[in-house]
Amino acid sequence: MIEKEVIIIGGGAAGLAAAITCYERGIENLLIIERNAYLGGILNQCIHDGFGLEKFHTSLSGPEYAQRYINQVQEKEIPYLLNSMVLEMNAQKELMVANRQGLHRYRAKTIILAMGCRERTRGAIAIPGTRPAGIYTAGVAQELINLRNYMVGERIVILGSGDIGMIMARRLTLEGAEVVLVAEKLPYASGLPRNINQCLYDFDIPLLLNHTVIDVKGNGRLSEVTLAAIGKRGGIVPKSKRRIPCDTLLLSVGLIPENELSRQAGVIINSVTGGPEVDERGQTNIPGLFACGNVLQVHDIVDNVSLEAEYITEGVIGYLQGKKTNKVQEIRIILGNGLRYVVPQKITTIKDTIFSFRVNAPGKKKTLVFKEGSTLIHKSFFPRVNPAEMLRITLPAEELKNIKSLTVRLV
Amino acid sequence: MTEKSSLYDVVIIGGGIVGCAIARELSRYELKIAVLEKEADVGWGISCRNSGVVHAGFNYTSGTLRAKLCVKGNKTFEKLCQELDVPFKKIGKFVVALKKDELEELKRLKEQGEKNGVEGLKIVDEKELKKAEPHIRGIAALYSPNTAITSPYGLTIALAENAHKNGVRFFLNSEVTAIKKNHSEFEIHTNSKKFQARYLINCAGLYSDKISRLTGAEKYRIYPCRGEYFVLDKNASHLIDHLVYPVPKAGSGGLGVHITPTVDGNILLGPSNEYVKKKDNLAATSKVMKKLIDESRDFLPLISGRDIIRSYAGIRSKQAPSSEGGYWDFVIEESKIVSRFINLVGIESPGLTAAQPIAQKVVQMIHEKESLKPNTNFTPFRKGILCFEEQSETMKKNLIREDPDYGEIICRCEKVTKKEILQAIDNPLGAKDLVSIKYRSRAMMGRCQGGYCLTRIIELLREKYDLSPQEITLKGNHSSLLTGYRSDEVEIS
Repeated sequence: MIEKEVIIIGGGAAGLAAAITCYERGIENLLIIERNAYLGGILNQCIHDGFGLEKFHTSLSGPEYAQRYINQVQEKEIPYLLNSMVLEMNAQKELMVANRQGLHRYRAKTIILAMGCRERTRGAIAIPGTRPAGIYTAGVAQELINLRNYMVGERIVILGSGDIGMIMARRLTLEGAEVVLVAEKLPYASGLPRNINQCLYDFDIPLLLNHTVIDVKGNGRLSEVTLAAIGKRGGIVPKSKRRIPCDTLLLSVGLIPENELSRQAGVIINSVTGGPEVDERGQTNIPGLFACGNVLQVHDIVDNVSLEAEYITEGVIGYLQGKKTNKVQEIRIILGNGLRYVVPQKITTIKDTIFSFRVNAPGKKKTLVFKEGSTLIHKSFFPRVNPAEMLRITLPAEELKNIKSLTVRLV
Repeated sequence: MTEKSSLYDVVIIGGGIVGCAIARELSRYELKIAVLEKEADVGWGISCRNSGVVHAGFNYTSGTLRAKLCVKGNKTFEKLCQELDVPFKKIGKFVVALKKDELEELKRLKEQGEKNGVEGLKIVDEKELKKAEPHIRGIAALYSPNTAITSPYGLTIALAENAHKNGVRFFLNSEVTAIKKNHSEFEIHTNSKKFQARYLINCAGLYSDKISRLTGAEKYRIYPCRGEYFVLDKNASHLIDHLVYPVPKAGSGGLGVHITPTVDGNILLGPSNEYVKKKDNLAATSKVMKKLIDESRDFLPLISGRDIIRSYAGIRSKQAPSSEGGYWDFVIEESKIVSRFINLVGIESPGLTAAQPIAQKVVQMIHEKESLKPNTNFTPFRKGILCFEEQSETMKKNLIREDPDYGEIICRCEKVTKKEILQAIDNPLGAKDLVSIKYRSRAMMGRCQGGYCLTRIIELLREKYDLSPQEITLKGNHSSLLTGYRSDEVEIS
């Protein structure tokens, strides 16, 4: 059994930022465990730019953004394992790791979950039809093209308006493929407005809202999909069916935090975020087990992943030092109208706290209102809100002091 | 004889569970045997598209071949799986009544089963059912302790590999286009080759009517009847321990939407039961998808659409037309028109359970025509690919020490190692499609459906067989995964 103060599972954006911050705060006995042959995670295949605007005030590509962190890990000689898969994790914070050198057991005082997320597949959304070759999730297509130098198809339909789907619409167009359209079943796009403009409209790729794929044809390779409009009540609009010949269907229909290990250890998973339920420090129901980045909640901007990872290390250090915190009775945050979720789900100590939200629907001139009973604690105004964009608010300890309950709503 | 032709004692058309079982049984004798399969691997028809249930035999009309061969097959199935290193779990089955008017049918099934020679059948009340299956709704059930599960594709592959080891030759991608009978020999033309045979065995499943016709033998007609399934995430597997079936509806050509644990640790919902026009219409439909969930929830309300990771469909090869419904008995007989041509027609469920007895019956038929000399080199044993995930910690450590490829997890959901995938790629039959690797290793079968491992497996396949990107196929011809390289490395001056 190898003992560590901090083990970080995942060497992507969240894991790297968490490791560097822990190290800077004086923890040297730490370890990053990464299953790939390289650090940086999914950033490596995101060769488009737009990363780092918030964090570094410049537009970087994914690999460039990752490299800034990888350089620091290497300069600081922070230990990491590559090609290493965590097979088991338990509530005692013991891990079993497999790699070519063998099977290794670790025990950590604290673990930071930074495993990221995976893509929702065709099976999960139950698209009817045959099961031919040529149906990919957008991220797999991105990996095949950007990291392996393959081309996945020539005439492409994209279902779902997630960011990766839109980015791949542009990417495939630039590589000479014909992207017929992007269909989105909701009345609004699920990706960022900037991607709608820069990846679809700039390339004359139509975005069809309230549309979905209702059939797939082809026994070997995909030959055709059937598209249909969705009516107000959620049913298919008769006579809206349209057959579109294509050899590729890309899916960008959502991301799922990868919490199989967390579940194994007994971490309570929130049914809306798909991530662990955490307190204001990013700590799960298992003391000393923290989560950050896409394994906690799916982010739209990597800068926020890094910031969240840095933020939760305060709690990690506190836990390791056995620091007495301003412990209050656990307050579960009550979610009011207009919001899909809030992270953290509960408060157990009073400190400056970052809250993340997703709204239910797009809107203009909205105010986020924090109340204790009928007493106003805090409010923030937003000229516009969008489910694609995570809202992040910091409430100073001062405002949270002495509260007994906390309700948040969007008005 | 032309150069491309070759004379076999027996040619088997169709590499499904029945064709492979017959090939293996025949390989116990000194015979030159070939199996012709139109797909790129064995078992891609109904053999890989069913519930994987080893039936006890109470569902079938007494006295029929279906009943007799099923009961016989059930009793020897475990031994067969042991010989071939195929998973087998005797988990037992409940046929669950939701309403009082179904109780009569439970009793009838029990009596029919007992008449068929099925052992251990018992009617249990709601309390006993709840004790065994706390999440299942129902007022009573027929319990069958001898109903089991296996891997249907795993067994088909194992039978084929064992037959192959015992000298049977497999010709994949070989679709039969014409059959002639010259003197005492059959001449079988495929899209690529010509074969000659003294005996011809028709195991073409859905296309057995076509093969019989091509041979000039009896005119059968197969009506394709589709069954759709859902596969659930392993997170849902704790919900049941036994097979859970509804009480079959009178005149139905299926056993009803049932809830089936698999040997891989998932749960299946299905199959539906719907006659279709085309034999290759394996599409899933939105109507049935909804029905599968709704009907399963009648028994297991905790099932959620969120647990679905995949859908698939199989086609039953029915002789009973839709106007009639129900079942006809298996046809296992030498043609009365063309001698030494043996037809296996309408082998729908319980064809998997009965595969070995069916094969033994066919061997017997040949034996009666000529004496067969035992193959002294025959071995009934076949070793499958060792599953790393199922090993003890010590064993895992030893495996990695012996071969570091065991330390590289390629499929994260099913925890399949590089070693297992390399073994799957290097399979004895030479099948090299993604689906072949999936059925042999479980890679890509998990909740991310290949999202993590697909690209890695593509690279391993290319390394092994030196394939161009276009030659990487999902499931045979015309199923290329890639259209080429993104770009040739162009030098810009």
